[in-house]
Amino acid sequence: MSTTTVKANPFVNFKDYAGNFLFIFPAVTLFTIFYIIPFFQIFQLSLYDWNGISQTKTFIGLDNFKELMVDTAWWRSMWNAGYITLIALTFQNALAFALALACDREIRLKGFYRVVFFLPPVLSEIVVGFIWRWILNADVQANQHIGLLNYFLDAVGLNSLVHNWLSDPDTAMTCVAVVHSWKGFGWGFIMLLAGLQTIDRQLYEAAQVDGASSWSTFWNVTIPMMLPVITVVIVLTILGAMQSFALIISMMGQGLGDHTSVPVTRILSAMNGTKQFGYACAQGVTFGIILVFISFTLKKFSDRMKQA
Amino acid sequence: MDETHFLNKYRLSRWCKSSVIHIFLMTVTITCLFPLFWMVRTSLMTRETVFLDKSIIPAEVHFENYWIAWTEGNFGVYFLNSILYTVSVVVGIVLISSLAAFAFSRLKFPGKNFFFYMFVAAMMIPLPGSFVPLVVLMQKLQLIDKPIGYILCMINVGLSLSILLLKTFFDKMPPDLEDAARIDGCSKLGIWRHVALPLARPAIAVIVIFNSLSVWNEYILAMLILNSKSLMPLQRGLMEFQGPHSVDHHLLMAGLTIAAAPIVIIYLAMQKHIIKGLSSGAIVG
Amino acid sequence: MKKILIFGFTLFAAIISGFGCAPAAPKTDRVVIWHWMTDRDKAFQELATQYEKETGIKVILELYAPSDVYSQKIIAAAQAKILPDIFGILDKKSVVADFINGGFVADLTTDFKANGAEWESSLFPKALSVNRFDENNPYKVTPGIYGVPIDVMNIQMLYNKNLLKKAGIAKPPATIEEWIEASAALKRVGISGFVSGWGELWMADAFASNYAFNIMGEDKVMATFRGEVPYTDPSWIKVFGVFADLQSKGVFATGIVTKTNKDAEQDFALERAAFAFNGSWCVNVYNEMNSKLEYGVMLPPVANKDRPMKIWGGAGSSFFVNNVSPNKVKAIAFLKWLTAKEQQTYLAEKTQNLPVNKLALATIPPILADFSLSMESTTHPTIWPLNEDALVIEAFDKGLQSIIIGEKTPEQVGADVQKVKLRQTEKQKKKK
Repeated sequence: MSTTTVKANPFVNFKDYAGNFLFIFPAVTLFTIFYIIPFFQIFQLSLYDWNGISQTKTFIGLDNFKELMVDTAWWRSMWNAGYITLIALTFQNALAFALALACDREIRLKGFYRVVFFLPPVLSEIVVGFIWRWILNADVQANQHIGLLNYFLDAVGLNSLVHNWLSDPDTAMTCVAVVHSWKGFGWGFIMLLAGLQTIDRQLYEAAQVDGASSWSTFWNVTIPMMLPVITVVIVLTILGAMQSFALIISMMGQGLGDHTSVPVTRILSAMNGTKQFGYACAQGVTFGIILVFISFTLKKFSDRMKQA
Repeated sequence: MDETHFLNKYRLSRWCKSSVIHIFLMTVTITCLFPLFWMVRTSLMTRETVFLDKSIIPAEVHFENYWIAWTEGNFGVYFLNSILYTVSVVVGIVLISSLAAFAFSRLKFPGKNFFFYMFVAAMMIPLPGSFVPLVVLMQKLQLIDKPIGYILCMINVGLSLSILLLKTFFDKMPPDLEDAARIDGCSKLGIWRHVALPLARPAIAVIVIFNSLSVWNEYILAMLILNSKSLMPLQRGLMEFQGPHSVDHHLLMAGLTIAAAPIVIIYLAMQKHIIKGLSSGAIVG
Repeated sequence: MKKILIFGFTLFAAIISGFGCAPAAPKTDRVVIWHWMTDRDKAFQELATQYEKETGIKVILELYAPSDVYSQKIIAAAQAKILPDIFGILDKKSVVADFINGGFVADLTTDFKANGAEWESSLFPKALSVNRFDENNPYKVTPGIYGVPIDVMNIQMLYNKNLLKKAGIAKPPATIEEWIEASAALKRVGISGFVSGWGELWMADAFASNYAFNIMGEDKVMATFRGEVPYTDPSWIKVFGVFADLQSKGVFATGIVTKTNKDAEQDFALERAAFAFNGSWCVNVYNEMNSKLEYGVMLPPVANKDRPMKIWGGAGSSFFVNNVSPNKVKAIAFLKWLTAKEQQTYLAEKTQNLPVNKLALATIPPILADFSLSMESTTHPTIWPLNEDALVIEAFDKGLQSIIIGEKTPEQVGADVQKVKLRQTEKQKKKK
């Protein structure tokens, strides 16, 4: 045992500060190199008119941003991303929560369910897009439906529901959103399950002794204890859904134009399709700012909820 | 008579409730398992029958597709590369992000909040289209076409989320344990190693799964940063079956099944830790 | 604790060593090629081995697929100054021009014209035109030939002989009216009419372009690009009207607007549709998917009997030479060898693509030969005197999609596209 006296506030002097800083040094170094520097370059490039190839760039100030403000295709894509996010927040997370609650008890096959529900996130977007495209296919060959969903609907007599799922602008986006939720609920599931398992069983027993109904137990015990985990899941769901794009490309190609575009596909299209690199950077910067704003608002909201 | 009647009714309602729950779970299970099943089913067919045969179980089973996929796709090299990258990146992330998260949560130094929010903001400001500046930068640093370059880049990709998750976890750590360790003469690093890390096992398990998945399925950065075929990860092998105009579906599905297997294994290994770590009750009181 | 420090040190040492390594001196006994053609990789590797035997020069091929990732890699490599000796530019001519003006692409005119234009005259002129920049080209590129085509292609319509017979159609339709009739007959026996990969916008654009040339002729189309003719002109409304017509009469297969080309190829190969619109590369694809398919090639049915139908065609794939590569001469020599008769014959056999060397046409399968017969009717954006603005093309293609899904009328689309055209013209004026 060393004989150093334990100071009241031991880590205050400069040497300690430097020592503490070393802890974050590797992270900050990597971050600066691989994120900050490209970030500033993108920020810088958003002020130029450039096609990504030529050696000359023209400085145009905030013109890219001005054009972005009136770009209906861009805002439409933001709306689409918002729609996916909405479905994800409701359908995906409700499903994840319900499943987590169901698996929280001591039921048979608990381990089996835990593995199975995590399979969709494991599959790559190529597979998921491919399979669901086959399921939602609306082609008819020799009076037989090729897509599984239409085939099934027809077989059980629900022929009126047979639809042009992926080619109809009304249903296409919803299909994409549902598939996105299907692929994503596994994450929410394990996080919520882990959170549920930390709740002290004694609280439940106490509520039962007090004669509380299951609904009231849920509302007054489970939800408050789960609030931090729920917040993390919500934030991650929003960020994931707003930034999703690989699934859409895999399911629909360039599909129905404005109906199924999302911000990232617009950025990629500006970068690679119409070769407006500066404009694409402006889109990226704007998108980032919007996401930060959303997260910031959410944090404020959840802080206020915690105090309530 | 009344009592048994009541007991039976109670048992019946409980049985009903439990059945409903099971039906619900089973339905979701089927929707999750079906694509995997379909993937395996397709991988056992031949190029001609892939589309023409619509039955659930194919008439002939061609297990050799897996061997063909492995050899034609040069999976051996790619597989090893993917394992190398995934292990290095995950180990790197766990170490670097846990050190950083520990510091953000427990230590004082100037600019702490600034740096932390910087990491958090990075999660929200994606850089699609940052490929070109990134490649130029890495070329200047001589990191192009080198495994270390790709590894470092991927470590950075996973840092923000990992730091956030771990910091939230460390925040919940009771100071008593830390004080006890400090009184015992533990240095900061010692506290990190002996107190914080073991407690954070569930969070670390989540980070391992998440980052393993992201590195294993990653493709674009690998294509851009690496040039030589011998350094490419598994996803590159899958591209062998996707020509610009035709796709060898049966081989592709076999390849995808091979690619999905290790991740499932990692998840199986890690998911026990999440539950075990939480229920071991390290957090007293 | 010590272990952690040791790990940390090793990690950082690794990083430092990553920095410290001097760049490997570029090797001069080899030629490095980056390509995207997955299905031809094996054939290329065989040729590379053969070339090394013949000349002692090593040829290293790296494949990066799919094509959009390849394009990104090329652009990133150009900026980072690490382009290989030979590469491809999978983009419009304006982008190729940008690469040339950026100093990344070597001018090959002297090599083509050497020895009395020996190399130049051995290849199909239409294929060379794709990579040629003429006097007064709008891209301000020094006139010359900059790329080497390694195959030829064109995009036409295909028809399934058996399915047409089943529906009682005697011969493939030559006009739009005949086509509509044929589709009605096909519907009666439950066969889908027409598939194409129009989820990939450029294919729909090609189809529309063919009809634009048929309805109003090349001059008027060029005049539109110059801004002299609006997109609301009756001729253009007629072009849009073709799509509206075919859609309303049920000629298109369901879901055509979200089909990728691969899906469409699948549909046609598996006899799910009677007509397709695809390029000559499809021969290889259909053969792999269904070797018993009996099909023929035809030009798209004309909308205007007074003008010929034009189809897109020219060079299939082309390679460019890195201007700052120390192995430039070796690279050019290899490309010359690659386009020689023997190698072209080999490639045509192995990969079922039309050869670019005139003398190699002898040994191609009959259906490919049918494709090559229409090379005279081909045109291509890369050989037009000017091209439309990228954003206008985007609006145009999206407009086509809206018509197919029944969302907008031809007149509305014409007005929409014209709006974008005017805006872009204003922007161009401001720049000057």
